[in-house]
Amino acid sequence: MMLITCPYCGPRDDAEFSYGNQAHIARPADPAACSDREWAEYLYFRDNPKGPFAERWMHAAGCRRWFHVVRDTNSHAILQTYRVGEWPDPAILGGEGKS
Amino acid sequence: MAEAGRRRGPTGKPRYSIFALARNALSYHENWQAAWRNPEPKPAYDAIVVGGGGHGLATAYYLASVHGIRKVAVLEKGWIGGGNTGRNTTIIRSNYLWDESAAIYEHALKLWEGLTGELNFNLMFSQRGVITLAHSEHELKEMRRRVEAIRLNGIDTEVLDTAGVKKLVPIINTDQSIRHPVMGGFIQRRGGTARHDAVAWGYARAADDLGVDIIQGCEVTGFLKDATGAIEGVETSRGTIRSKRVGCVAAGHSAVLAAMAGFKLPIQARPLQALVSEPIKPVIDTVVMSNAVHMYVSQSDKGELVLGAGTDSYNSYAQRGSLNIIEHQLAAACELYPIVSRLRVLRTWGGIVDTCPDASPILSTTPVEGLYFNCGWGTGGFKATPGSGHVFADLMAKGRPNAIAAPFGLERFSGGYLIDEHGAAGVAH
Repeated sequence: MMLITCPYCGPRDDAEFSYGNQAHIARPADPAACSDREWAEYLYFRDNPKGPFAERWMHAAGCRRWFHVVRDTNSHAILQTYRVGEWPDPAILGGEGKS
Repeated sequence: MAEAGRRRGPTGKPRYSIFALARNALSYHENWQAAWRNPEPKPAYDAIVVGGGGHGLATAYYLASVHGIRKVAVLEKGWIGGGNTGRNTTIIRSNYLWDESAAIYEHALKLWEGLTGELNFNLMFSQRGVITLAHSEHELKEMRRRVEAIRLNGIDTEVLDTAGVKKLVPIINTDQSIRHPVMGGFIQRRGGTARHDAVAWGYARAADDLGVDIIQGCEVTGFLKDATGAIEGVETSRGTIRSKRVGCVAAGHSAVLAAMAGFKLPIQARPLQALVSEPIKPVIDTVVMSNAVHMYVSQSDKGELVLGAGTDSYNSYAQRGSLNIIEHQLAAACELYPIVSRLRVLRTWGGIVDTCPDASPILSTTPVEGLYFNCGWGTGGFKATPGSGHVFADLMAKGRPNAIAAPFGLERFSGGYLIDEHGAAGVAH
């Protein structure tokens, strides 16, 4: 059970949201130039830290907008929420969770 | 493989039998020998297995019994069987769609069928059958196709119609006007359940008997590598332990270990919850799962209904999930089995499962020579315990995967040979 603060709607139960996994993954600029290994990295390999993690959430039962959350995967504490186009606070995210 | 009768290792434990039970009754059961030792870690081993769950203990047992590698340590940060081995819903089956999956899960099921005798430990293995329900015309058609594919691999399975399901599961609601009506299903009669704790304990006792050191309360904190980058041992909370052969079987924490070793895995750690009801008289003597309504049920020998569902959607290491998953599975349970609506939930819990993009496991060499990973079993590892340990021991002993393990290498993600079992796995993977 988590209380997630949607940057547009305010604090809501986590049942209202859907999960989009790791945030800030850029699609390779030229996919055709990727090696198989690089393309596999982009498709399948994600960080999976035990601790603060920057991830995407969507307020499915509310405004239906995507946004970002820094959440501690070990305690479920919501450390920061911010809009698409914004960046996590390095002091909160720490060394882990960055791609 | 060692035969039960001949297995007599350095510790020379007496066999469990009805005679031993009677003999020990005379001394009020106060003189049973400990099932395994509690040794201090030695400075070096021929092989180290990181993770003392069912898969890790099975790996150690088969390293010793099949490959004769007896100087083996199992390092467990908590207590053996205290992770997902003790948290799953104990369902065993091998009715998977693809040939690669059929091979490994059927290998496991065949080992299950002789395991209680081999380990001399009552695993309470019960081939009570596993039924998967169909709730739509389309699902039923897809199921017929899957049944034929499974039968082509020599695995027992058959389609059931609604009346056939009702006959096997009298408490099921077959009213066709409900939201997800039961339109049939398929059954694997050789599937069933086993006592999950006993699997860890049985493998631990048998492995210990062959000289394996089971070291609990020993957390791996880093990996040692030599000048060439090959594995040389592990740093632990109880000191440095050296070995040129290390196998990681850490389920939910696999990615944490991989990060310590300096590479990434295509794995996400997710909570998977389960719950039991208060105990009642026997009402269901098989296992019934439903992919469409995301719920599966069986009844334990104590009488509790054991219910499982799908994973929570988000990454977590917290061994707990959100209540809406439980609400969802109980709503499904009440619709399919109306008599459970008045039952109380006795307890709920969660475990952290290591989910893979293709819902298939990883049994693989790694970028670090001598370091092997067995992970990615996601929500369905328990059923594979003996097969997983058996082929992973082979991989660790020989340094290359055998025919069963080969398709499950890490290279499949860049090679494009995914083994997509999302469909066959359903929720009750």
